[in-house]
Amino acid sequence: MEPLPAEELLGLYALMTEVRHLDRAAVAWQRQGIIPGYAPLLGQEAAQVGSGFAMDRTLDFAFPTYREMGVARALDVDMTGYMATHKASWHGGLYNPVTSRLAPIQAVVAGSVLHAVGWAHGQTLAGESGAALSYFGDGASSQGDVHEAMNFAAILRAPVVFFVQNNGWAISVPTEKQVAGGSVAARGAGYGIPGVTIDGNDIEAVVHTTRWALERARSGQGPVLIEALTYRRGPHSTADDPGRYRTLDEERESAGPDPMERLRDRILGAGIADMEALAGMEREAAAAVDQVRIKLTGLGTQPGAEMFNFVFQESTDSLNQQAEQWRKESDHD
Amino acid sequence: MTETTYAQSATGAEVHTTHIQEPRVLSMQQALNTALDEILASNTKALVFGEDVGHLGGVFRVTDGLQAKHGSSRVFDTPLAESGILGLAAGLAMAGFTPLPEVQFDGFAYPAINQIVCQIARLNYRSRGTMPMPITLRVPSFGGIRAPEHHGESLEALFAHVPGLKVVSPADPHQAYHLLRYAAASPDPVIFMEPKARYWQKAPVEAAPGDDLAGARIARHGRHLTLVAWGAMVARCLQVAELAAEDGIDVEVLDLRWLSPIDGVTLAESVGRTRRAVVVHEAPLTSGLGAEVAQLITASCFDTLRSPVERVTGFDVPYPSGDLEDEYVPNVDRILYGIQRVLEYKRG
Repeated sequence: MEPLPAEELLGLYALMTEVRHLDRAAVAWQRQGIIPGYAPLLGQEAAQVGSGFAMDRTLDFAFPTYREMGVARALDVDMTGYMATHKASWHGGLYNPVTSRLAPIQAVVAGSVLHAVGWAHGQTLAGESGAALSYFGDGASSQGDVHEAMNFAAILRAPVVFFVQNNGWAISVPTEKQVAGGSVAARGAGYGIPGVTIDGNDIEAVVHTTRWALERARSGQGPVLIEALTYRRGPHSTADDPGRYRTLDEERESAGPDPMERLRDRILGAGIADMEALAGMEREAAAAVDQVRIKLTGLGTQPGAEMFNFVFQESTDSLNQQAEQWRKESDHD
Repeated sequence: MTETTYAQSATGAEVHTTHIQEPRVLSMQQALNTALDEILASNTKALVFGEDVGHLGGVFRVTDGLQAKHGSSRVFDTPLAESGILGLAAGLAMAGFTPLPEVQFDGFAYPAINQIVCQIARLNYRSRGTMPMPITLRVPSFGGIRAPEHHGESLEALFAHVPGLKVVSPADPHQAYHLLRYAAASPDPVIFMEPKARYWQKAPVEAAPGDDLAGARIARHGRHLTLVAWGAMVARCLQVAELAAEDGIDVEVLDLRWLSPIDGVTLAESVGRTRRAVVVHEAPLTSGLGAEVAQLITASCFDTLRSPVERVTGFDVPYPSGDLEDEYVPNVDRILYGIQRVLEYKRG
C-alpha cells in the first residue's frame, strides 16, 4: 500500500480535527440545551472522514443514516444545515442533498441501503459513471433490507460500495450478539462480491480501500463490501448510558489506539508537520465549530407552513384546507 | 386526433403525448398494457420492473411484450423481494428516473411497507422537495378470483392513511388506461390498485379521458340515493342499480377513483342531490375507507341527509379462502339490503 501524499495526510488530519471538535461540541450543546439530542461518532473519525474523502464529488453519491457527520464534513456539506437535524429543525437536515451529494439524514436503520443500489443502477441505465457509497453499521447488517440490497446489487452489477462501520455496538448489544459468523464482510462471498475487512481506525487503509472499491464500481466491475472495524467510544446517543452495558475498563481495552492519535503520530513521525502546525489546526477547527454554533443558535424554527408544503410536489385540496385551518387556529402566520 | 396532455414528467424528462387515437374495445389488462407501452415510449426515463414482469409479461400479462419492445434495461425482472423492489424504486427516482414498479399481489406489499411508508412517502418531505418520488406502484388488488391467502387483500385504507402517498383505483378499462397515464405523469408517489377481478372484462376505451382525472366521477346518474364505490365494486354497484331500477329505485353510482385524496366536492354534489348514501368496499369494516367517506358526506350534507350513511363492506376477518369469498365480498343482495336501510330509515 502506497503511503498517502503528505498534503493529503494533512488535509485529512485537519478534517478529522474539525470533526472531533464538532462532535465533542455537539454533546456539550445537548447538555446546554442548544440541541435536544445527538448521536456522537467519537472514535469513528478515520472511517468516516477517510471514506468520504475518497469519493469523487463530481461523480459519486453517499447515502448516510444518522451518525455520519464525519462523512458530511469530508464532503464539504454545509455543517449548520447538517447539524440542523440534531437541533430538531428538520428531519433530513437543512442542507441540499442533491448538490451536497449526500442523501438526507434518515433514522431508519438500513433504510437507505437499497436507495444506494437504486441510484447506482440508475448510473448504469443513464450511461453515467458515478458510484454510490452506502453507509450502515453492524446493527443494520441484521436488517433484511441489507440482504436484499446486496443481492440486488450483485444481480444488477450495480456500481455501489457498501461501507459498514462495525463500531462494536448497536446501542447496548455487542457485535458478537449481532453478527452471526462474526463478519459482515464474509457475507459478500455469498453474493459473489468482494468483501474486505479493514482497520477502520487506520485512515490510510480507509482511503485506499474506499478509492479502490469506488474505482472498481465505476469501471463496471460491480459492488464491493467493506467492513471497517472501529469502535464507538461514546454513547449511542446523548440519551444513552453505556455504563449500563459496558465498563470503562472494557471500553479502554476494546477501543484500541485513538484514530486521531494514530494519524498525528504518523504525521509527526514522518516529519510532515510539527506540533505547532497541528496546534494551528486545532485552533482553526475550534473557530470553525464556533461558527457552526453561532449559525445554529441563530437558526430559529422553520415556518410551520413547511409541515404542509413539502408533503407533495403537487399538494391536495384536503391538505391545503388543513394548512388553512392551522393558520386560522394558531398564532403562527 | 385528440391531444391529451396528462402532465409533465416530474423529472423534467420530455413527455410526448402518444396515446390511443380512436376508441378501442379492450380488456383492463390490455388497456393497462397499452398505457404502459405508451408511457415507456413517451417518457424516456420510465422504467417497469418487478417480479416476472419481463420475459413472462407478469402473472396477469399486464406487461406482456413490453420487454421485447422496450428492451431489458427498461423492463426488467427483479429478485423476488418486495422491499428490494420499492427501495430500488426510491433510489432510481433519486437518480431522475420515473419508476413504475409492480408488486405481484396486494398481500405482497406488506413486506415492502417499510420502504413505502418510511421512505418513499417521506423522501420528498425529508429532502424539502429536492428529491421527488414520481413512483407509480402498480398493485393487483382486491379479491374475487379464488386465489390463495394474501392474494385478495384491500389495502387502500392503509395507504390512504400515510401522508405523502396518493392512492387510486380504476373501475374499468377506460379508467385504467387514462388513470395509469395520469398517475405516471404525477411527480408524487401513487399506489395504483388494479382490481384483478376486472382484468378480463372488455369495454370501450375512448381517446379522451372525458372528465377531470384528478377527481371522482359519476358512473351512473340517479335520484334516490348514491352508491359510493371504487375498483371492482363499481361494476357490482352498477349491476345493483339496474336491479333496483326494476323496483323504481333510481340509484346513482359514484366511482370515487381517488382514495387519497378523496374528491369531497363530487361526493357532496352527488349526495347533496340524492340525500342518501351507501358506501361499498371489499376491505374490512372497522377503520375502512367507508368511515372516511361517511364523515366527509356527513360534514358536507348533514342538514339535508335523510338517513345516516350506510356501509356495506367486508367483515373484520382475514380475507377468507376461495370457497367463502362470495360470503365476504359485498354481493348484490347485501348491497340491496344497504339500499333498503337508507330508504326505510325513519327519524326517531
